[in-house]
Formats: sequence, C-alpha cells, structure tokens
Amino acid sequence: MAGTANGSLSADQAVHAVRAVTGPQDRAAAVTLAEVSKVYGRGPGAVHAVDRLSLTVGTGEFVCLVGASGCGKSTLLSMVAGLDLPTAGTVDTGGRRVAIMFQEPALFPWLTVQKNVELALRARKVAAAERRSRTAGLLGAVHLADFAAKRPHELSGGMRQRVALARALAQDADVLLMDEPFGALDAMTRDLLHDELERIAAERGLTVLFVTHNVREAARLGDRVVVLSSRPGRVIEEYLVPRTGPRRIDSVAVAELASKVTDRLRAEMRRHEPPGQSGRGAAS
Amino acid sequence: MTVGTSKRAAGLDAGASAIAGLDSLELGQARSPGRLARRSWGAVWPKLLAVAIVLAAWELFYLSNFHGDTADHLITGPAAGIANLWDQLTAGQLWQAIGTTVQTAVTGYLLAVVIGSVIGALVSRIPPLRAATGSIISGLQTMPSIAWFPFAIILFGESQSAILFVMVLGAAPSIANGLISGVDYTPPLLLRAGRTMGLSGVALYRYLILPASLPAYVAGMKQGWAFAWRSLMAGELLVLIIGHPSLGVLLDTAQNDQDLTSAISIMIVILAIGIVVDMIFSKADAQVRRRRGLLTDAA
Repeated sequence: MAGTANGSLSADQAVHAVRAVTGPQDRAAAVTLAEVSKVYGRGPGAVHAVDRLSLTVGTGEFVCLVGASGCGKSTLLSMVAGLDLPTAGTVDTGGRRVAIMFQEPALFPWLTVQKNVELALRARKVAAAERRSRTAGLLGAVHLADFAAKRPHELSGGMRQRVALARALAQDADVLLMDEPFGALDAMTRDLLHDELERIAAERGLTVLFVTHNVREAARLGDRVVVLSSRPGRVIEEYLVPRTGPRRIDSVAVAELASKVTDRLRAEMRRHEPPGQSGRGAAS
Repeated sequence: MTVGTSKRAAGLDAGASAIAGLDSLELGQARSPGRLARRSWGAVWPKLLAVAIVLAAWELFYLSNFHGDTADHLITGPAAGIANLWDQLTAGQLWQAIGTTVQTAVTGYLLAVVIGSVIGALVSRIPPLRAATGSIISGLQTMPSIAWFPFAIILFGESQSAILFVMVLGAAPSIANGLISGVDYTPPLLLRAGRTMGLSGVALYRYLILPASLPAYVAGMKQGWAFAWRSLMAGELLVLIIGHPSLGVLLDTAQNDQDLTSAISIMIVILAIGIVVDMIFSKADAQVRRRRGLLTDAA
C-alpha cells in the first residue's frame, strides 16, 4: 500500500500545483503548512496519516477541509493547534493565537456556562472584573446571555456548541480551528449556527479552518473548499467560492459547488477500492 | 447604502429571534418541583415503613418462641427494648459513649482522608510510583481490617492509637483509589480543550483534573467511611481502654452481663449513626452528580 501510494500521488500533487496558482494569494498568510507529514508508528505497520501536505490559509479567510475517512483532518488540526507535532515539514501560524472547537462541545460539566467561558480568560490571567464583563459580551454575541447561570447539561446540543464557540472566542484567537463542530446537530440548528458563525467570523476578522464531512456545509461556509485524499491525506483539489453576498445552504450556487466536490470525493474513494473487486457492483 | 445596512440589521434580528425561539423549544417546559410538603413526605415514608418492618420482625421473633426456653428470660419485645434505650439515653453512660465513639470516628476518618488523598495525589502524578504501588493499594483493600488488630496492639498497646491505625489502614486505600481512578478517567477531550485554552501544570490540576475527578473521589470517601466505621467497631470491642466508655465498651459490658436488651439498644444506636452518616454521603454524592447532569431528577 505504502509503495503504490507514492506513484499515484504524484498526479494529485500536479493538480494541487495548478490549483495553488489560482488560490487566494492576495492576503497575508495566517497559517502555512509546508510539506507536512505525520506518521504514527514505525516500520511496515506505520500509518501515514498526512503525507507532504501543503496548504496556505490567508488572514481572515474561511477554509473548509473535506475528505473521506482517513484523510487525517483531525491530525491536521491538532498539528496547527500545537497539540501534536508533524513528523516532517513545518506548520507556521506566525505566532497567532489558535483556538480549537470539537464535534463535542467539551465543556466542563461542573461549571456554569458563565464559568466555562471565564475559565478560558482565567487561563490567560485576565483580571476578575474584566473576565466578567468580557464573558457577558461573548455570551451576548452567541445569544446566550440569559443562560449564563445554567450548567451545560441543562442546555440543548446547539446551545452547548455556542457556549464552546464563546469559549473559543474568549481565547482571543486569530485562528479558529473547527473539527466537525456541527456534525452532531440537527439540520435546522446547524443552518442557524452557520449564519451565526459566518457573522461572528466576519465581525472579528477570524481566520477559520473548518473540517467537515458535510459537503454542502463546506460549500455554504467556505471562501475556499479544499478536498483531501485519504490515507495518506493530501490536498487534491481546491475550489474558490466568490463572495457575492449572503449564501443559503439551499441555494443553487451552493448545490452546484457541493455536487462538484462530491464528484471529486467519489473519484477519490474509487481509488481506494480493494483490487479484484472492480465491476462487482455492475455484475450484480 | 442605508437601505443595505438596515436590511442587514433586520436579517440579524430575524436570525437572533429564530435562535431564541429554537432555544426555548429545545429546552421545553420546566417542570415544577412540586410542593415542599409532598416532597418531604415522599422522602420520609419509606424510612418509617422500614422502621415498622424491623419492629414487626422483632415482635414476631419475640412471640414465636423460636429461641427455646433456655434463653426465654433474656429476650424482650420491641416495647421493652425501646424503654431500655430510652433509659440508657436519659440516665446511663450512653451519651458519653456516643461522644467518645463519634470523636474517634471523626479523628480516624479525617486522618484517613488526609493520608489517602496525599497518597492518591502522589501515585496518580508519578507513573513509576503508580506501577509499584497500585497493586499494594488494591491488596490492602481486600485485607479484613480485624486481621490488623494483633499487629496494631503489639505496636501501640491497648490504646486509641491502635484503633486509629487500623481505621486509617482500612479507609485510606479506598480514598486513594477513588482519587486515582478519578484522575485516570478525566475525559481526554476535556484535557485537550483545557490544554488549547492554555491550562498547564498546577492550573491544569486545579481547574480541570481535580474537579473532573470529584465524583470518583466522593465515592471513594463514602466507601472509605464504611471501612473506617467497621474498623472502629471491631477496634472498640477488641481494644478496651479503661475509664473510656465507648459504644464498643458498653456492648462488651452487655455481653458480659448477658443483657440482651441493652445490647440491642446499643446496636440500634450504632445502626442509627451509620445510617445518618451514610445519608450525608449519599446526599453529597447525589449533589455532585446532579450538578454535572449525571443524575436525573427521576432517578
């Protein structure tokens, strides 16, 4: 497997090179990944989660990463967040503060909503009075001012994820990493949170790196949609989305882009079909 | 231009109120907790029923003559038993004995909490120590505390120290184990969240790991109390300290006097203290869990 991967990937790399020229190079880079590889384990059993992946995210850009299972999306975010080190290559965030949000809200169940957000400020040694006023502002921004005294288990999934967003914002990050943050939510809640996230990211000029399995979500949110290959993860395609005003998940433009991305992902999945099984579907 | 911004503001308001509406729909109707009188009656009647069942069983045992004629004159019914308990509470040394026993219980238990917590904290933080002592701590828990008494009495003599020593040996491992398992089962996702927030070192322990391990720690303390209380009762029966009337001493005296009624009275007192303390721990445990959403009100 590892032997054949190199041969087939050189073609992908060519696609990436072509796309990179048309990429948004007008903004200063906030996150630069240069030839980043991540290998877990050693010897023949080693898993190449990410292989010589290069990606530049401009300041204030909203980049969505999509890929099938095994494309190393979560590994990638961990490396950008500094929770994990690359085996080779460099990850450069230019000293920017990075916050991360997960699929689960990961709130502290023993603290109230207010205290959960405050803890992020306390971790950076913000004084008590300022902590309170800033927390009030952040909870207002995610429309949860009335729920400051509640505990996480008393809230709905969407509300918890908004608390997590407020907590991430409390870290004063320039770069927000999101690992399928709305994956566990129902479609209606997700739509509303897309609007919220878009508004907040724009207001604060955040650079967002957003990982998702949901192609429509990526087409709805991203300034750029980046498609990753699987095992090992690499950039195989990028789609620029022109900013022409507010987008809706059910708009024609979003649907068109989503189907293009889906086609590209399916092509990638077919590449991973085990040998000797081709045509089985057609025969039956 | 002004049209554009006001349109945008209207869109924002519409989004915000949609969110507020969805929030209130998802949270549903808050259930009223019910009248206080009704709730307290709900808590009290099972206990009254339990007392009634015990008294009825006692009366049946007394009336059944199951014990045969030899011990006949020794057995009394619940009415005489309760009268005896009343006499002891109003006239005898019982209150003094309760005072002595409770004082020893508190001292021994607090010692165990301090020692158990320090050991638990050290072992959970230092992996080699943990590899070496983990099985020792679990092994100590399986040792019946009464088996420690000969050792303790040889070491400390027939003294309060011997009793405290055995109490600590009985309770500290449970408390240490509770803390260790709490630290072990801190959810990795919360640790990742904490680290990206910038928590590390002492702050990570203070704000994340210790609060996260509280439920297991409280459970360990509850189990530790049960061990400490048993060790104490065994100790007071085995280690008789002169001029120091404890519940164990009174129980021993009742045995020597063949005074079954007094023995039952003292057992009732021992049972009552155990139940009250257990209730306090259960309450604390439930409180910790409820605050974290680990316990629903229905449970």
